[in-house]
Amino acid sequence: MDFRSSEPVVGPSSADLLPASAAMAVKVVIVGGFGVGKTTLVGSVSEIRPLTTEETMTQAGAGVDDLAGVERKTSTTVAMDFGRISISDELVLYVFGTPGQERFWFLWNGLFEGALGAVVLVDTRRLEVSFEVIGRLEDRGVPFVVAANTFPQSPSYPTEELRAALDLPPEVPIVTCDARTRESSRDVLMALMRYLYDLSAQPVP
Amino acid sequence: MSEADPGPSEEDDPERLYVITRGRSGPNGETMLDLVTLIVSRSDPTPALQPEHADILRICGSPLSVAEVSAYLRLPVSVVTVLLADLLTQELIEARACVPQAILPDRALLEAVIHGLQKL
Repeated sequence: MDFRSSEPVVGPSSADLLPASAAMAVKVVIVGGFGVGKTTLVGSVSEIRPLTTEETMTQAGAGVDDLAGVERKTSTTVAMDFGRISISDELVLYVFGTPGQERFWFLWNGLFEGALGAVVLVDTRRLEVSFEVIGRLEDRGVPFVVAANTFPQSPSYPTEELRAALDLPPEVPIVTCDARTRESSRDVLMALMRYLYDLSAQPVP
Repeated sequence: MSEADPGPSEEDDPERLYVITRGRSGPNGETMLDLVTLIVSRSDPTPALQPEHADILRICGSPLSVAEVSAYLRLPVSVVTVLLADLLTQELIEARACVPQAILPDRALLEAVIHGLQKL
C-alpha cells in the first residue's frame, strides 16, 4: 500500500455506498499462508472491489522476526485485504483476509475480537503452513472451518485424510472450494455459518 | 487475482503518523471501535477541522466501517481509531456498534447471515 500522499482522499463510489439503514456489521476472517487464495476468495464474494487496510507492527512484533532491514525501523505496516457483503438493509458482513504466519499474529487481536468465526484456507500442496494457524485458533477459542482451495496441480485428498493430516477434531467441517468462483467461495462462508449455528445449539459448558 | 506477499516491507513514516495523532497511540477511555464498527457523519466538515478529520466526515455520509475509513484514508487502523475517537468526543460522528462480543453469536443473527448468503 502506498503511504498516504497529499492527494485528496476519495471515498467510496456511489455504487459502493451502504444504505443509511445499515446498523450493524459482523466479520469473518479468512486465514492462510501466502498464495493460498485468500485475496481471491475475498474478491469472489465481495460486493465491492476489495479494499486494503493496514496495521502497524508494534516494537514487540518487529523483534521476533529476522527480516533484513526491519531492525532499523521503528514501525512496519502489514496490509490486509477485505471485502463486504450486504446481508440485509441493516446487516453487513465483512470478510477479512489475513496471513497465517506467526509474525503476523499481532494483527489478530483487533481482527478476531468479535469475529463470528474463521475460515482456514489451505493448499493441499503445502499443508504445513496451516498447523500453526489451527493451533493458534484453537488456543484462542475461535470457531473455524477448513477450506481446501483446489489448484490445478493440487493432489485431492479424501476429507478424512486431510483431517488426519491436519489433526483436526471430528466436528470441524472440512470443505473443498475453488476460490475463484463466487458460488464456491460463498459456500465456504455458508459452511462456517452452519457450523456456528450448530455450535450455538449446544449448551455452553 | 494474484496474491502478493504483504509482508512487513513498507517504508513507513512514523513521524508523520505521530503528527496526525498528536502523539497519541490509541483511543483513551471507553470508545470501543472495532474494525467493523460503522461510522456515520453527523455534521459536514468545517474549515477549522484537521484535514484528516474533515476527510472522515466527508466520506462517511453513508455508513462506512472503520476498516473502510482506514482503506480510503490510506492510514493504519490504529491511527484512524484515534481520529475517530476525537470525532466521537465532539459528537461529529455516530458509531454504530458491532455485535457485542458473546461466547457464541446469536442464532437469529446467524440465520440472517445464512439467508443473506443464500441470495448471493
